[in-house]
Amino acid sequence: MDKRIVFIKDTDSQEQERTREFYTAFLDQLRENNLQDEVQVLRVADIGIYGQGVVAKVLPAGITYGRLSNADIKKIIESTIKEGKVIEELLLNRQPRQLRIVLRNCGVIDPESIDEYIAHEGYAAISKVISGYSPEKVIEELKVSGLRGRGGAGYPTWMKWNFTRQSKSEEKYIICNADEGDPGAYMDRSVLEGDPHSVIEGMIIAGFAIGASNGFFYIRAEYPLAVERINRAIRQAYDYGLLGSNILGSDFSFDLDVRLGAGAFVCGEETALIASIEGSRGTPRPRPPYPSREGLWGKPTAINNVETLANIAAIILKGGRWFSGIGTEKSKGTKVFALTGKVKNSGLVEVPMGTTLRDIVFDIGGGTASGKGIKAVQTGGPSGGVIPKDYLDTPVDYENLQKLGSIMGSGGMIVMDDDDCMVDITKFYLGFCVDESCGKCAPCRLGGYQLLGILSRISEGHGVADDLEKMRKISEAMRKASLCGLGQTASNPVSSTLNYFESEYKEHILNKKCPAHKCKHLITYSIMQGRCKRCRVCVMNCPVGAIGGDRETGFYIELDKCIKCGKCFEVCKFSAILKE
Amino acid sequence: MVKARINGIAVAVEEGSTILEAARKVQVKIPTLCKHPDLVSSASCGICIVKIKGTSKMLRACCTPLEEGMDIVTHDPEIVSIRKTVLELILSNHPNDCLKCGRNNNCELQTLFADFGIREEVFTKSLRELPVDNSTGTIVLDPSKCILCGRCVKVCQEMQDVWALSFLERGYGTRISAAGDIKLADSPCIRCGQCSNHCPTGAIVELDQTAKVWEELLNPKKYCVVQIAPAVRVAIGEAFGFPIGANLTKKLYAMLRRLGFEAVFDTNFGADVTIMEEASEFVERFAHGKGPLPLITTCCPSWVDFMEKFHPDMIEHFSSCKSPHQIVGVLTKTYYAQKNNIDPKDIVVVSVMPCTAKKYEIKRCEEMYASGSQDVDVSLTTRELARMIKQAGIDFNNLPEEEPDHILGDYTGAGVIFGATGGVMEAALRTAHHLVTGKNLKKIDFEDLRGLDGVKETELTIEGKTIKVAIAHGLNNVEYVLNKIRQAKKDNLTLPYHFVEVMACLGGCVGGGGQPYGVTDELRRKRAEGLYQDDREKKIRYSHDNPYVKKLYQEFLGEPLGPKSEQLLHTHYRSLPLYSK
Repeated sequence: MDKRIVFIKDTDSQEQERTREFYTAFLDQLRENNLQDEVQVLRVADIGIYGQGVVAKVLPAGITYGRLSNADIKKIIESTIKEGKVIEELLLNRQPRQLRIVLRNCGVIDPESIDEYIAHEGYAAISKVISGYSPEKVIEELKVSGLRGRGGAGYPTWMKWNFTRQSKSEEKYIICNADEGDPGAYMDRSVLEGDPHSVIEGMIIAGFAIGASNGFFYIRAEYPLAVERINRAIRQAYDYGLLGSNILGSDFSFDLDVRLGAGAFVCGEETALIASIEGSRGTPRPRPPYPSREGLWGKPTAINNVETLANIAAIILKGGRWFSGIGTEKSKGTKVFALTGKVKNSGLVEVPMGTTLRDIVFDIGGGTASGKGIKAVQTGGPSGGVIPKDYLDTPVDYENLQKLGSIMGSGGMIVMDDDDCMVDITKFYLGFCVDESCGKCAPCRLGGYQLLGILSRISEGHGVADDLEKMRKISEAMRKASLCGLGQTASNPVSSTLNYFESEYKEHILNKKCPAHKCKHLITYSIMQGRCKRCRVCVMNCPVGAIGGDRETGFYIELDKCIKCGKCFEVCKFSAILKE
Repeated sequence: MVKARINGIAVAVEEGSTILEAARKVQVKIPTLCKHPDLVSSASCGICIVKIKGTSKMLRACCTPLEEGMDIVTHDPEIVSIRKTVLELILSNHPNDCLKCGRNNNCELQTLFADFGIREEVFTKSLRELPVDNSTGTIVLDPSKCILCGRCVKVCQEMQDVWALSFLERGYGTRISAAGDIKLADSPCIRCGQCSNHCPTGAIVELDQTAKVWEELLNPKKYCVVQIAPAVRVAIGEAFGFPIGANLTKKLYAMLRRLGFEAVFDTNFGADVTIMEEASEFVERFAHGKGPLPLITTCCPSWVDFMEKFHPDMIEHFSSCKSPHQIVGVLTKTYYAQKNNIDPKDIVVVSVMPCTAKKYEIKRCEEMYASGSQDVDVSLTTRELARMIKQAGIDFNNLPEEEPDHILGDYTGAGVIFGATGGVMEAALRTAHHLVTGKNLKKIDFEDLRGLDGVKETELTIEGKTIKVAIAHGLNNVEYVLNKIRQAKKDNLTLPYHFVEVMACLGGCVGGGGQPYGVTDELRRKRAEGLYQDDREKKIRYSHDNPYVKKLYQEFLGEPLGPKSEQLLHTHYRSLPLYSK
């Protein structure tokens, strides 16, 4: 019998305990059946299935079961593992809207085994390239594919490679930008952890195409497992002659190494990233010269995002024409989104470009977890913007998102419901950018700080009438006069919420009210005497003793003592606390 | 050539020229703040943004190369409004201390605020209270006035290769400081003051000691003596509207007398004495094998500090001769005091220097007290003297010309060129030739040693022997020369040089850290030209022919390198740690 692998998925926090129990029980029963050496059981972060309870995937057959309980283990071992039979009633239908190119191997193969990657057509692309492609042909194939950079800006990958190829230099470099830092985004991490070889293969092909003999992974140090897996995968690739001198017997040689980022968001900006690898302070420098002419140590350098590189091998194997058949006119292929926020099924989603927001949020994400209405979807992380619910039918691609005042970014997608306050959300994103500003350039350093100050005072009820005008003025200056992408886009959340939700700002400023009841300073709690059963639960739970009165005369909230923590609102069984 | 249009005006510039440079060619002035002509643009302020017709983005003119066919707009209401907003943002983070700031009336930021008509504070004032660092006793760093343009850091790291200053923290908390957040005095800082000279605001200024000088001048018991360095005379006029490089030596003498100094001397006289000692030292080493070659000049205190910290293996190559202003100082309190029956204790020696490091040199080691007390009591920069003149109400522009006081005031053409890079070497070679041959050179001008090339090399043959010399200025040019020497020593090869001159500041003292603001290469050249012109016009152009120098040796010192000279005019060096904390 071939060695079997069972993957058990364990991301959903509410299901972690159940997954752990399932996992240990599975191991126990394998041992009872004396199958422990033949079946390997792995717990993985993500296999692209959400909200389906405990999920197990049996390889090599690829049979996926969902909503499992410990009682199912026996059946799985008896029929599927031992006899290779499918148990129809446990079978899970994969969600049809997703198309996995980037995540093709994530959760399918053992990421620590190069053999498994090879068994799944791994390194077939580089051998195809080496045995019959010229660098120009590789670039041509990419041009046909229409692949654009997945790091955020969407620059055509073939052009970047072509410019780097055309720059004359003895030495050139390829860098994999794995400094993923948008709050809530973890697609790069999942690929690095789940399918490190696909990125390495993309790097080798890139090296071949641009004429580089050296490459670097720039991975943030907060991703220790990704670093470990990439390092292991690099060692394995060296052992197999896929890295180092004379790859696959050709005269192409290529070396790879890993550099760790210390976690500064701005180091994802390519010139800051280069400065960081060189050992300098991670601050951006003006472009031109672009890295494709003068990059790492002054040499021509191509910098590609993890997701971009993970597409390369698939494009080479299946052809650029196949890839360009997926997606919209100007945005080809798929995009991985990190779907989070008030959505029922959060997780990584890979869909063809052009899938509508509604399909992503409702069909895949299952709508809001709370059952409340969707207010907006935020895309593009801290540099992005909000898209109100009226635009949910927009097909997602680079151009459309930009038209709506947001961006693709690295693929963060946060769903907001009616409980989310736009001032509060904007304050959160801006706070992130203010923290992460490198401080080099005045418009970003000071503009962000001033904007955050204005937002804070609005959310605290101290906003004044001309604040909106000031915010627009600063946003404009930041967008036009900042040096790098971070500064130029840091005010996007402000501009887009001002554009779509100005009335909500005005409500805060003029009426000192937060319609979503989110801004603490603008809410008051009171007890509705008609509904109050005088059970005293609120009195007992109030952390500051702000609820006065007695059973005889009734209870009331002392506003000067109340810290607006919302505890009484939460614990009242009779909905007698009014929040307004 | 690249052809484009700026505000509708056709312009053609060499490939690689920035939009800013191209605009200047067609008389369009794009405002800048962080950009300094000496430095590669750091692009940190965003004031110089311009529009390219047909794109929505704005570009920084300071660092964007002009491209063929670009159609650029440098001024329209939108651009001006964004520039104004950026300035208002900077104002929100900058103290309103103009009236008591070292840069009041001479501040690039203040000028921009004035030009843009900023009359109110639009944004919430938010200042950073950060400690002032005046630990070096030469410059004062007030990070709360800093706009983070990065010029000082670039100067310190790239131009001077010192790496004392750096950015700390990030975002809104970013600030400049000695690396590692220590005091500058504990850092590798060599006190060259180039940071203060390049700072657009009052964040780094020279330590102002004019009050101390006024106090001494007003004290009837004190006998105040002053000396001016070569580079001061060709730069101070910039503060009074004279043409750049105008030589104001004789007006300065008159002015200093009016300020109240009893005797007005000239550091150029000290330079002539330095040459007597240093050229003799060189001939001893070169012709008689007494001491290692090459000999390296030591007139520049920042260079001395740099060498002691970064290249202590070169100490044996250093000339032990003191710098000219120390020589005038010690001779004032010995030779001059004796001849005029003045108690040296009553004498106050003030030196006016293009330099902040001289404030450090006057206390550098025990040999700076060779007269029995501190040989030079206060050292002022050119900028401080300009302020004193303005305070004193002297109509400097219309002053008559006067002569210096003897016996430490007369100088030769060789003494005055000390202020430009290559000048010390040129003066030394003139006298070295005479020391060996007994004759003066036929061709006195060493054109190869002049100008702003970072490293200059030449040869001079005296009686069949070739002297190879090198000049380096701007400390990032020094490593090249020193490494050549090290390599030759290591491999036992022929020495690449016999005599080396180093000045810490680009252009030599004319580009010193204490000079008037706004230095550029053009300014450095013009100031240096003022000195070379003085040299050309001098009757005596050899230090050894200075009659007062001759008299000094006859009456007082004996001979160069003699016991008295050694005691008063020479010093020693020691290895210093880069970080004392």
